[in-house]
Amino acid sequence: MMTASNGMNGPVLELRGVRKSYGGDVAVENVDLELRNEEFLTFLGPSGSGKTTTLMMVAGLQQPDAGSIRLGGKAVDRLPPYRRDIGMVFQNYALFPHMSVRRNVAFPLEMRGVSQPEIGRQVADVLELVGLATMGDRLPRQLSGGQQQRIALARAMVYHPALLLMDEPLGALDKKLREQMQREIKRIHRERRTSVLYVTHDQEEALTMSDRIAVFNKGRIEQIGTPEELYERPTTRFVADFLGETNFLPGRMGASETLSCRVHIGNQVFDAQTPAPVAPGTPVVVAVRPERLKVQPVAANGEGLSATLVDIVYLGNARRSVVRLADGRQCSVLQHASQADASRLAPGQALQLSWESRHATVFPDNHT
Amino acid sequence: MEADLTRKAVGVASAHAIPTDEADAPPARPRRSSAGRMDVRIFLLVPAVLLLVVAFIGPVGMLLSRAFTHPQIGLQNFVDLWERRGFLQVLWNTITIAAIATPICVLIGFPVAHAMTHGSARLRRWLIFIVLVPFWTSLLVRTFANVILLQRNGPLNAMLVGLGLTAEPLPLLYNMSGLLFGAVQVLLPFVIFPLHAAMLRVDPAYMQAALTLGAGPVRAFFRVYLPLTMPGLLTGATLVFISTLGYYVTPAMLGGPRQTMIAQLIQDQIGQFGNWGIAGALALLLLLVSGAMLLLLQLTVGLKAVAR
Amino acid sequence: MKGDGLDRWRIFRSTVCVLAALYLIAPLVIVVIISFSAASFLQFPPPGLSLRWYQNLFNSPAWTNSLGVSINILIPSASMATVLGTAAAVAIVRGRIPGASIIGGALMLPILVPGIITAAALFGVYRGLGLNGTLTGLIIGHVVITMPYVVATVSSALKTMDPRLEDAAATLGAPPFSAFRRVTLPLLAPAILSGLLFAAVASFDELIVSLFVSSARVRPVAVQMWSNIRGDMDPTIAAIASLCFAFALLALLAEMILRRRTGVEPT
Repeated sequence: MMTASNGMNGPVLELRGVRKSYGGDVAVENVDLELRNEEFLTFLGPSGSGKTTTLMMVAGLQQPDAGSIRLGGKAVDRLPPYRRDIGMVFQNYALFPHMSVRRNVAFPLEMRGVSQPEIGRQVADVLELVGLATMGDRLPRQLSGGQQQRIALARAMVYHPALLLMDEPLGALDKKLREQMQREIKRIHRERRTSVLYVTHDQEEALTMSDRIAVFNKGRIEQIGTPEELYERPTTRFVADFLGETNFLPGRMGASETLSCRVHIGNQVFDAQTPAPVAPGTPVVVAVRPERLKVQPVAANGEGLSATLVDIVYLGNARRSVVRLADGRQCSVLQHASQADASRLAPGQALQLSWESRHATVFPDNHT
Repeated sequence: MEADLTRKAVGVASAHAIPTDEADAPPARPRRSSAGRMDVRIFLLVPAVLLLVVAFIGPVGMLLSRAFTHPQIGLQNFVDLWERRGFLQVLWNTITIAAIATPICVLIGFPVAHAMTHGSARLRRWLIFIVLVPFWTSLLVRTFANVILLQRNGPLNAMLVGLGLTAEPLPLLYNMSGLLFGAVQVLLPFVIFPLHAAMLRVDPAYMQAALTLGAGPVRAFFRVYLPLTMPGLLTGATLVFISTLGYYVTPAMLGGPRQTMIAQLIQDQIGQFGNWGIAGALALLLLLVSGAMLLLLQLTVGLKAVAR
Repeated sequence: MKGDGLDRWRIFRSTVCVLAALYLIAPLVIVVIISFSAASFLQFPPPGLSLRWYQNLFNSPAWTNSLGVSINILIPSASMATVLGTAAAVAIVRGRIPGASIIGGALMLPILVPGIITAAALFGVYRGLGLNGTLTGLIIGHVVITMPYVVATVSSALKTMDPRLEDAAATLGAPPFSAFRRVTLPLLAPAILSGLLFAAVASFDELIVSLFVSSARVRPVAVQMWSNIRGDMDPTIAAIASLCFAFALLALLAEMILRRRTGVEPT
């Protein structure tokens, strides 16, 4: 039995300098990346950021204006989709409504001239894989959204393509179903060891499912890395803002070395990290995640940023404290239930905020 | 009449869509509202329905009943039809002509509908205009124009001879060629608009999916696109077929004696011979054939959804 | 990318479209040109140009009478068809009438039934009522034939209109009839006008029912044309045909503008 791992040494997918514009608008600008064997790489970004367009170019459904695309080391720029070794799952599944589930899944095998008995076997196998072995004779419209999703996946995988493309496949599902399907997809990814290129605008989804994430913004990739790298050590303000929740505290750059620096907020000085050197005196923002902000009642030694507690939001397993800073801005502090119980805060209380240097990143404040 | 049929049926086909497809309807509203509304609405419907019954269903019913009552009660008229082979021949000719015209319309209409759907917006507007213009023009005008066009010394023959495609002018009038030339011209919108509507409803993702699954453009077309547009195609084809059956002006002006169609026969029987019985019988047969085609359409398109 | 297969299809498709366009339009163009012919036979291209056939048209009492009859039929029948058809469409789409869809289908019957049958049927019934050869008979016949189109057009527009607009009006204090009059009706206006135009053109062009029901003195333009065509054809026919064509063209343009206003593209 074949596994999806095709014993390749090089990357499954390589994009170099890929560019695409529509009329005057640049949709994708200078995209460079590699997708390694068996990797689950996600394109993450807001709508219009170029992630879907890039996916379409990998599939061959659209053509780049410049740059090169290589699949399995082979240049595929001239190849139409039906000659590329890819499988694609579409946003609204695109299951052929006039064919049964079985015929849908068998379709790519028929295109490849596989014999009928072999088709029967492989279709049964893959339906088993997605847990819908009994649905072979149903029509797509007789299936629920989640089931259609799994059949679309089965159809795209049955012929073991070198690369599986998924275009926001879970967008139409409700939250619980979405989470269930995320686990399903991950399970199938592990079992079949396929290489997956996944597109989504949901950053939680990206964080939980991916081996690596490429964050897209306005046609460019802002950062590529593992979920942890992107979350803990964002290299641009956009990435810090887009993934999870972040507080941005305005200040001025003080002294800085290669990675660490000191920032002036008000007339206090704090430690932080900086991904790139910034001239002292430049207006900056300090990005700190709510769960990394430490909060305590004002103490005698007066260190830490002054703030007043405005409100506490009950989140079940956590508490979000909304605090107001001296300059009127508001911040979020996130504490687990046990932490919150221990600190016993009350609205109106005067507080001081602090953080560990490694949990704060500084970015230039060139907000438009 | 051809023109009326054309216009209305296109309106029906594209507005209502005979295959019961209500994908574009807004979400159903909750079925509660003030009781008063129901009464008012019925009164709105009454005049139209009254007119329909009194001025259409009644008279047509009476015409059809004469098949069994005129000149005497019984099935004599049908026996007559059976014995007088000439009449059945005309009915058969009528069906044959419809059966020839229909595929011609589909073959020409499909590329045009496709261009209308997938071409540029400008192309679509132009095509729609070009298809609508003759559609809104009187059938008589168009048929008359075709008479001029198809004459032995008319412009079409002049062009064919001039381009060297034929040595001598072709007989294009008062025969099957003339009839088909005129009929297809009238029938094309019947096919183009339902097909266009059906093509618009095909999500481009289906073809994209087929391509990524390894189907080349030709196979993707036959395995995915064509089946998905088939309901619209069959609707258009059925409309074309049924319309052609009832043609009167076109065969009278462009066809020869061997292209006499059933409508002309009915008119003769009433106008010349006062044979209401035969006329009623012929009308009944015409309706039965039309009804059978509609039933066939309903069954085929209805069952299309269930694929093996 | 898609290779020359797709290009070949595009070329083929364009060729078919161009030929089809010529096929559909050329005859009309020829008629218009001939209507200006100086010769009295239907030769194309014409030897010279002249307006004599148009003059002949307006000087001939047969033609001017028939034009009068046509207009006298057109105005009442189109109006009635529009009023009845719109009311029926509103009732079917918005009302909660059981069997509404069957009734809606039945209202379409005059389209599906071949014109010859409708014509013969009416002729038969009119004989007993003395309605043959009368304006009334013709008007009734035309309403029967043109009403379905109004029903279809207005129903279609109603279905694409958000039914919650009337609900919104109700929550804002409008009783049902007011809501209809001030919210739905204005939004339907383009579709209603479109239906009216179509009914008018259809009535003007209608031949088969008119053929049966007319008499020598009461005959619309279409029947007059028909008898002329069956007799000797001279370019006067081309002149009236061109006028009919011009009328239809104007109506079509008006209808397309109206459709743009509703935001509904043709099909």
